[in-house]
Amino acid sequence: MAKMKALICRECGKEYPTEALHVCELCFGPLEVKYNYDEIREAMSRASIEAGPKSLWRYKELLPIEGGPTIGLHAGMTPLVHAKNLGAFLGLDELYIKNDCVNQPTLSFKDRVVAVALTRARELGYETAACASTGNLANSVAAHAAQAGMQCYVFIPGDLEAAKVLGNLIYRPKVVEIEGNYDDVNRLCSEIAGERRWAFVNVNIRPYYAEGSKTLAFEVVEQLGWRAPDQVVVPMASGSLLTKIWKGLNEFQKIGLLKDVSTKVNGAQAEGCSPIATAYKDGRDFFKPVKPNTIAKSLAIGNPADGYYALKTVAESQGAMDAVTDDEVIEGIKLLAQTEGIFAETAGGVTIGTLRKLVKQGAIKKHDVTVAYITGNGLKTQEAVVDSVGRPFRIPPSLVKFEQTFGQQGAA
Amino acid sequence: MTKLRFHIRFPEEKIPEPVIYQIGREYQVVTSIRRADVRETTGWMDVEFSGETEEIERAIAGLREKGVLVDPIELNVVE
Repeated sequence: MAKMKALICRECGKEYPTEALHVCELCFGPLEVKYNYDEIREAMSRASIEAGPKSLWRYKELLPIEGGPTIGLHAGMTPLVHAKNLGAFLGLDELYIKNDCVNQPTLSFKDRVVAVALTRARELGYETAACASTGNLANSVAAHAAQAGMQCYVFIPGDLEAAKVLGNLIYRPKVVEIEGNYDDVNRLCSEIAGERRWAFVNVNIRPYYAEGSKTLAFEVVEQLGWRAPDQVVVPMASGSLLTKIWKGLNEFQKIGLLKDVSTKVNGAQAEGCSPIATAYKDGRDFFKPVKPNTIAKSLAIGNPADGYYALKTVAESQGAMDAVTDDEVIEGIKLLAQTEGIFAETAGGVTIGTLRKLVKQGAIKKHDVTVAYITGNGLKTQEAVVDSVGRPFRIPPSLVKFEQTFGQQGAA
Repeated sequence: MTKLRFHIRFPEEKIPEPVIYQIGREYQVVTSIRRADVRETTGWMDVEFSGETEEIERAIAGLREKGVLVDPIELNVVE
């Protein structure tokens, strides 16, 4: 029997074949993958995982592919760093950083979801990959498509910064700049996804794509010595990542790799785009879409597809949510860099800023085993910190001047 | 005949207005409501519009003119 049973509507439960479908024909609810856990339990053990490849594909039994992996073979198994310095600063004994800044090949967690999406897309017979993105997702789709020899279309808003456009062009996809505001771009991309027989990774392939995020839960459990953390702090854009980390933890319990899961799942957003965190604070079970205005552009999704499910997940796990200002984002980036030597993009600043707040509020306690998810590399968003990191010391080529500046012991 | 799916949202002040009825009168589109949640202060619907493509486009523009927000059924697809 196949390990993937069906696609299932998250709202009405109607089941569909495991094809390139993403919306329930009956109620228009989103579809997700339903697995045959009895079969997976037989096929998967701690030993079999540990003997697997040093990539996310060591968990392939719980990923939505039928054959072996073919695209994105090096994604995943990023370091879990025991952040002793940052932990000491925040008053946490067991703080860990899941460092997807060094994910392969494009230095963000999107390499996980794209590896899974395009492997599945190939199985379904697609020869063209596509996405609509302003940053990390476009980089990852373009890079993976180049490696896999797939045609690639990347749709971007017409006013995107030159550096970000270059980051896509280098892989030679067809980059399509769309004139108009964000809503126009968004709607056109949805319509193109419906018209063309392309693997639009986060539209018609979304049920498979989103499953790749579960590996951030699987890896953390394995790297912690087969135990679930007490607390996780997860940045939220669409909200999908947070819900899939929770799904991953529960799947490990279902197939017997974990005894108990009592992890509190906490969500982090930037105040300039915090529809989900605001709903949580207001005690609402629905969010109100917003127009994003934050430096944390990789999280700037004003009408998040999984916002409702993220609220549900946090409630179910008894976690919390909070949001931070852009200044706090920058402080978070600097704090992580200066304590742990990890340069995160703005989403990482959101995570660290929110972690600080949650510790201060007492939601995360000193002895909790806590994992903060850092999802992208700071070299991609240097403009966010360029004015807040100081300047180099400038001296003439003279030993005397050097010693005048730094003193005999080299301290300035 | 084209069928297109949308997520539409009503700001608080638009909730008492019979917007779906008006769209059906003003444009040659048929609306099928699949899921909805309308409360005192907010409301949304997942709908399918059937009709000629251009007429659906006009109906969407009409909805926006009335102050209703229209998004793809997937909400934000630009990540």
